[in-house]
Amino acid sequence: MHQTWTLTKRELRAYFDGPAAYVVLCVFLAITGWFFSNALFLQNVASLRSVFSIAPFIFLFFVPALTMSSFAEERRAGTLELLLTLPVRDWQVILGKLLSVALLLMMAISLTFVYAITLAILGDLDLGGTVGGYLGLFLLGVTYGAIGIWASSLTRNQIVAFILGFAIIFLLFLLDKITDFVPGQIGIIMQYLGADYHFQNLMRGVIDTRDILYYLSVTGFAFLLTTYTLAKRPE
Amino acid sequence: MIEVQNLSKSYGSVEAVKSISFEVSQGEVVGFLGPNGAGKSTTMKIMTGYLPPKEGTVLVDGIDIREDALPVREKIGYLPESTPLYSDMVTYDYLEFVAAMRGVASSDRASRIRAMTNSCGLHEVLSKRIDALSKGFKQRVGLAQAMIHNPPILILDEPTSGLDPNQIVEIRELIRKIGEERTVVLSTHILSEVQASCDRVIIIDNGVLVADGTPEELQAGLSGEEQISMTVLDGEEDVAEVLGSWDLAEVTEHGVDEHGESYFMLSSPQDIRSDLFRLAVDHNWTLTGLQRKTKNLEDVFRQLTGG
Repeated sequence: MHQTWTLTKRELRAYFDGPAAYVVLCVFLAITGWFFSNALFLQNVASLRSVFSIAPFIFLFFVPALTMSSFAEERRAGTLELLLTLPVRDWQVILGKLLSVALLLMMAISLTFVYAITLAILGDLDLGGTVGGYLGLFLLGVTYGAIGIWASSLTRNQIVAFILGFAIIFLLFLLDKITDFVPGQIGIIMQYLGADYHFQNLMRGVIDTRDILYYLSVTGFAFLLTTYTLAKRPE
Repeated sequence: MIEVQNLSKSYGSVEAVKSISFEVSQGEVVGFLGPNGAGKSTTMKIMTGYLPPKEGTVLVDGIDIREDALPVREKIGYLPESTPLYSDMVTYDYLEFVAAMRGVASSDRASRIRAMTNSCGLHEVLSKRIDALSKGFKQRVGLAQAMIHNPPILILDEPTSGLDPNQIVEIRELIRKIGEERTVVLSTHILSEVQASCDRVIIIDNGVLVADGTPEELQAGLSGEEQISMTVLDGEEDVAEVLGSWDLAEVTEHGVDEHGESYFMLSSPQDIRSDLFRLAVDHNWTLTGLQRKTKNLEDVFRQLTGG
């Protein structure tokens, strides 16, 4: 298992050796900060709701951008062959990569704790909604990450990996917003499958196992698909 | 040590490897020879456990690679074709990463990296990023990562391709040094390389194993007939007449060369140079050249792979 951690460290280091991690962290902080202070100072709303409503949009673009290289670049450079002939299981490799994305997202998210602390000092922090929102945001990010990694395992071209990952994530994001166009029963199913729907639930401060289970199962499914794709060892 | 049994592999409808079988024993240095696209790399990818075989299997110390891949992978050091490395990493960090992934205990890593630095001559590039290294140094880093866990088996796919002649000699010497204590399987399409560094040659063509033996065995096995060339100062016709009725050898070709000497190519089941000399003395010929032609590995290769 320590090999998985070794790989996670390498991946994280690759993010921080280049500009990728800094760009992601800074831009994420800048955008959420603008929405937070906008609500606080201009609209006199002391709430993290504005941060939580913009963050999924940012993740929509940022997460596939972070994951697009994970397997596609290894395939292009041929390093995948070395990686997958090391004495580790394929799933350990995938887990190592997913963990590195999860940790980077956790860093980005934890930077916004500043806003929560500000609100707590000012005296009006909805604790349930805050905890739920942060949990939801993290789970959402990890789910997107698992999907992005799968997309990256399908191709050796990073741009294709990004667009593919973005398209799948966007579809998942959109599902619960287009239920008006379909008959009721299907609408309920689509709503349940929508990634944002469960985030909205958690953001309200209702920490329901169904929502958590949703993210875990989508993550698990994407993970499984990646294992399957890698097992075929396509050239 | 390594048993490859009836290995087959196809990409789509293209059969890359067709039922190849061979064995490699401990301490052997085996050269994998074949034209480009013959199935060398595919066979090696299966041996290292990267690609699953379509049929057949590979046993390493009796362990089936399809059933128990990890213990097999632990015994193998692998350098894939064109030496893929993480170009954004510093050499030292990269070697440390591979050592950790290979399960080298953290207390041993520094000493293993030091040992690899010495044997592969990496002193001056340890703190450089891999993408800043020359091709020769990248190749050495590739060899170092393959040996970092001190594996009993090394599989090297074209370890000298793309190097300049000096680097080729260096890498070849390194491989010979490595081969003294390890089992090495290396692929190449450079024939002199096989002659320089291998105990045994396996030739593959179109996914089929066409030859397996020591370089000497392959050369001898193919020759069959001895080829002897002779030049004399005497008239071509007269000598040809005598040789035509001689029963020890057959004249395959004769003529007059650019120096005005008559040359004759003879073929015979055995070495007949001494008989030929006596024949020349008997007929008072002025013998200026007498040579036995041995087939070299290049002839063997061309004959077997239809080049």
